[in-house]
Amino acid sequence: MGKLFAVIVFVIAVLSAIPIITHSWFGTGISFAPPADISTHGHAIDDQLSDTMVEAGLSFLAAQFVLAFFVWKFSNRQANAEIKTFPGGAKGLVIAALVLVGTEMLALGILGQKAWASVYFTPAKPDALQVQAQAGQFAFYFRYPGADGKFGALHPDKIDEGNSNFFGLDPANDVDSRDDIVTGELAIPINREVHLMMHAKDVGHSFYVRELRIQQDFVPGLDLSVHFTATKVGKYEIVCTQLCGLGHYNMKAYLNVLSQEDFDAWMKQKASEQ
Amino acid sequence: MSDSVVKAVPIAGDAVHHHQPPQSFIRKYVFSLDHKVIGKQYYGLALVAVFIGMVLSWLMRIHLVWPNWPIPGLGLLSKVGAPGGVMTPEYYLSILTMHGTLMVFFVLTNAPFAAFGNYFLPIQIGAEDMAFPRFNMMSFWTTFLAFCILIAAFFVGDGPPIAGWTSYAPLSAVGADAGPGQGFGQTLWGLSIFVFCIASLLGSLNFIATTLDLRTKGMTLSRMPICTWAWFITSCIALLAFAVLLPACLLLILDRVAGTSFFIPAGLVISDRLQPHSGGSPLLWQHLFWFFGHPEVYIAILPAIGIVSHILINSMRRPLLSHKVVIYCMMGIGFLSYMVWGHHMFVSGMNPFSSLMFSFPTLVITIPATIMTLIWLGSLYGSRLRITAASLFALGFISMFVSGGVSGFFLAQPSIDIYLHATYFVVGHFHMVMGVAAIFGIFAGTYFWFPKMTGHMMNESLGKLHFWFTFIGTYCIFMPFHYLGLAGNVRRYSAFVDDFLVPLIPVHRFITIAALCTGAAQLIFLYNLIHSRFRGAPAPDNPWECTSLEWIMPSPPPFDNFGGKHVVVYHDPYQYGVKSSTGDYLMQNSPEQAEVRT
Repeated sequence: MGKLFAVIVFVIAVLSAIPIITHSWFGTGISFAPPADISTHGHAIDDQLSDTMVEAGLSFLAAQFVLAFFVWKFSNRQANAEIKTFPGGAKGLVIAALVLVGTEMLALGILGQKAWASVYFTPAKPDALQVQAQAGQFAFYFRYPGADGKFGALHPDKIDEGNSNFFGLDPANDVDSRDDIVTGELAIPINREVHLMMHAKDVGHSFYVRELRIQQDFVPGLDLSVHFTATKVGKYEIVCTQLCGLGHYNMKAYLNVLSQEDFDAWMKQKASEQ
Repeated sequence: MSDSVVKAVPIAGDAVHHHQPPQSFIRKYVFSLDHKVIGKQYYGLALVAVFIGMVLSWLMRIHLVWPNWPIPGLGLLSKVGAPGGVMTPEYYLSILTMHGTLMVFFVLTNAPFAAFGNYFLPIQIGAEDMAFPRFNMMSFWTTFLAFCILIAAFFVGDGPPIAGWTSYAPLSAVGADAGPGQGFGQTLWGLSIFVFCIASLLGSLNFIATTLDLRTKGMTLSRMPICTWAWFITSCIALLAFAVLLPACLLLILDRVAGTSFFIPAGLVISDRLQPHSGGSPLLWQHLFWFFGHPEVYIAILPAIGIVSHILINSMRRPLLSHKVVIYCMMGIGFLSYMVWGHHMFVSGMNPFSSLMFSFPTLVITIPATIMTLIWLGSLYGSRLRITAASLFALGFISMFVSGGVSGFFLAQPSIDIYLHATYFVVGHFHMVMGVAAIFGIFAGTYFWFPKMTGHMMNESLGKLHFWFTFIGTYCIFMPFHYLGLAGNVRRYSAFVDDFLVPLIPVHRFITIAALCTGAAQLIFLYNLIHSRFRGAPAPDNPWECTSLEWIMPSPPPFDNFGGKHVVVYHDPYQYGVKSSTGDYLMQNSPEQAEVRT
């Protein structure tokens, strides 16, 4: 019975590692790899993820194999079989854990800090494209400042979805808001930094674009921001990852990365639609 | 093994305060003051909760992959939530919320800690009962009340809550405007957890007082069995953790019913209505909740670590390489558990510098966890391992603890968490390390202590069969969760409509089938439990040739445990691998000095 346990643990460990190594579900073509990164900071996160995968994967396999091997070898022995002590005893193991895991964790912690810093510790450049994002049950809306480069003030009491006043703007009294462009998709130019200023209209939500390696919660009452630069033209899904109510699963929008010319044309068209 | 069973060593001293059991049915079985009855009551409650929780997980898994299939009988549970047996998106979220709440609070906190702890902690230290038997009875019945309040949420008009077991504000705080289920159902959730906190505080105080005050002669702290240590450390953690959740729930309830704004800021427009609140902070709820929530993980896993170590030592017929190091590791984990709550909040908008400060202790917690794992593995080396249903679950626990532990490397790093946060990777991680591992601890404890608790042996073959199905099944369910997470599969979705999620549905189908099969295999356990309780072979006093004090008394133990006598303890808890008159082990209360054989 102990030998059966050993075999099963061994097989489970190997089978568990296969989809990680091949990035697919046993040759079915279903991909488990993160999609190709389209941001300037994402490679640091990806590198960190692969380094961690190697370290975690080796620890996982080593521990499972040793468990299987020892159970195979030492289960159901004779009643008078000699009981042996692991060479080095507890002291050796504690030192091994401290040295191996300690350095491993320290390395991951220090390296990981760089990847984290690349997203959060550098402020957006002053010439970054300013976009405001609002999350509400169950849609995202985006606002561009328009030709004057200024966002109009927000008045939550003026929010009126029936009349498409999603942000609560007051164009009658507020000059800045008159040329603001409000859309349901986030169009951005390629290779230009975007400064996304985020606020929630009702409850908590989150902004997650896998390809962009960006995830940031919208927290009611807080003005948060992220900044990123997309490097590949294309349409990508923005999904909500913070449980926000019954329509949570269906709360999505698109990130549309355009060439500079296409972006300018898009902006012009949207401005004329407002 | 049975022919080598030795009669229990007689208990030293005269009976000085022998007590008769109560005679009335109510005092004996319902409002009992006996820690053993209360332990069984906790176990029974956890068993009911785990079966409800498991069925709820089935409903979720079925809905995810066969959304239009009318589930027989579900329509009767909720006509609004599941008309004709097909559940609505909000009912899916209700089930998700109830599953998480039941499992975390009423199963993972109750079974390994309150149930086994209540039953065996006093016995293992040679006490007649808990320090405060009336408090103890109150803790159980308060927990029961909390359970009833939570279950009542299923039957209220606008349905059970939908905010998840974490109940993030303001979704959980603003009331019915936030959607169906956020009305009275969510208030009941807050109330239930509030009451549960009171019960847990009473329970942990009792455990701490009992351990410190009621140890018998010779039972020094270092002679306490490892599971007693685990329950003791867990009660210290629980005392601080639930003391924070208690006021947090109170504030949440006040926001909901009294119009306060602890967690709700100004200017929120929900369901086209400007909310009449201002000044609150949703992050405050997250900080308070996770200040409790992370230690809660260790409240679930530490007792399992203790139980599994106790059983492994017995099965290996040798002490661990170091008893003390494992206890220090448990203390270290308990201490660190209060410094890491922010790793649940890396992308919540808190200061990015604090993310690094929370990341570091999270990575450091790996060190005591690794030391413990290496000590288990190192102790297996050169042992004489006996394979029983209990030891299989204990070995399975190590495998699960490792598998669930290594995925923690990823989530401890804020940079990687940007990508993996709120995906199925997280779901896989905590189900393995906190859910399945702790439940393996419960199973191991059940197979090991059932003979003592009931006086009957469980069927070993059925126990082993149950292990194989459960071990393989849980890997089939929870390993693929990690792969889905790497593909960015977002959690808490009631349907997969996004373009990138649709291709992953076949994997979800595999998981659903695995979950149904593994769940069905639990019927073997249930059958074994009930059948053995009535028809199982009579249990000897010490069927596993174990050294700790629970095995010196008859199975099941008499009402006053040691027949009114004071046990005297002479040894460290795990005298195995020795040469004594009893065989290769020596009971803790045996005055004999054994020769070390190795």
